[in-house]
Amino acid sequence: MKVVVDEDKCCGAGQCVLIAPEVFDQREDDGIVVLLEPEPAVELHGQVREAAAVCPAAAIEVVEPA
Amino acid sequence: MSVNERVLSYPIPVEAALEPPAEWAELRGACPVAHVTLPSGDRARLLTRYEDVKQVLADPRFTRLLNAPDAARLSDTEDGGLFGSEMAAIIPDSGEEHQRWRRLVGRWFTAKRMSALRPAMARIAEDLIDEMVERGAPGDLKASLGFPLPVYVICDMLGVPAADRERFSYWSDTLLNLTRYGKEEVEAAQAEFFQYMSDHLAARRAAPGEDLLSELIAAGGPEEGGLSDIQILVTGMALLVAGHETTANMIGKMVSMLLADRSRWERLLADPALVRTAVEESLRMDANSGFGLPRYLKEETEVAGTSLPRGTTVICSMAAANRDEGAFEAADRMDLSRSPNPHLAFGAGAHSCLGQALARTELQVVLEVLLRRLPGLELAVPVEELRRVEGLAVGGLQTVPVRW
Repeated sequence: MKVVVDEDKCCGAGQCVLIAPEVFDQREDDGIVVLLEPEPAVELHGQVREAAAVCPAAAIEVVEPA
Repeated sequence: MSVNERVLSYPIPVEAALEPPAEWAELRGACPVAHVTLPSGDRARLLTRYEDVKQVLADPRFTRLLNAPDAARLSDTEDGGLFGSEMAAIIPDSGEEHQRWRRLVGRWFTAKRMSALRPAMARIAEDLIDEMVERGAPGDLKASLGFPLPVYVICDMLGVPAADRERFSYWSDTLLNLTRYGKEEVEAAQAEFFQYMSDHLAARRAAPGEDLLSELIAAGGPEEGGLSDIQILVTGMALLVAGHETTANMIGKMVSMLLADRSRWERLLADPALVRTAVEESLRMDANSGFGLPRYLKEETEVAGTSLPRGTTVICSMAAANRDEGAFEAADRMDLSRSPNPHLAFGAGAHSCLGQALARTELQVVLEVLLRRLPGLELAVPVEELRRVEGLAVGGLQTVPVRW
């Protein structure tokens, strides 16, 4: 799995950090998403999919292996 | 007459405090872009489907410029209440200006900052519960816990004294209530609130603290990448109002929904790890979330195959969208472990609720502490006797009587 985030779309809601804190963080100076793990471990995949599904700005893209 | 032909009165009246109006399902099915009459008498279009509401909230052509001359007024006070007021227009609506405002303020509401507030929130919740227990059952969970907790938290963040909370409460109510107050009363309250915040900012300028407003002042004016004085003032007022009625009412509604069918409460007692998803599901299920979000259309656009002319005012009912069977399986069933739960309770897109991490954290902490401290909690009246607050832009219950 590969994760891509769009900083311009991000509205700083913080849902991704609440759901998958090992994969996502927010910048201290403006609350915008920081991707900690572009290729998260398998046990985190469920959290990452949930974070992407509920992101209010649709700023997280998950690329699943073919 | 079917919903398709008639003009509905909006908000749609509902008898049961926690249940949705029957019209929602009908509208989603047959009339997703309905005609409605607002409390002001002006006409607007009402959206109830998940996809439409989500699309419109994220579409910058649907603006928040409800002070446009041909925009529908929500209430019959002259400036159309909170959304249409001059004040609301001071915070930039779109583009880079809005993004700059959002990021300057948003840094105060990150998930990490909110998590760091958890221990303090839990202590406040425990103290408030102790006081409620001391007064004896039955107690009103709304007045004892739901209202004071978010107020203490937002006052602390803004550096305003919680001792003034009765005044904030009144000012918030006049700004958010669409029907209860007359024009003169609303204007007088707004002027008082404006003066209060203006004095508070002057004091902070002279003696800065570590609060959000002090830091916004310290960031400098627009030329230094900060906000103008009036923008800081309106931001302070907006955050105080937003931090008041929204989560405060949601705590009472969440607990009522969980106790209305006590097997839900028991499931959480058996598995407190469900608190996070239970909070999200309560937000989704909230059929009494208030007015919805109004948008004003600056150019002709199409929604769900209906062409909407420039100048149309659209009301997005997130609560109706959250019950859309096309978006949520068994949408009318409260599933405490539902995941993912992409509900629209906080809106969507660039304007989605700035304080949502704060609200979520408060709701989670309140629920955790209640489950731990008052496992025997139950409603002290039949659910049919719960009453909605009428006229409020943010929906709530009048009281939430409980025993333990």
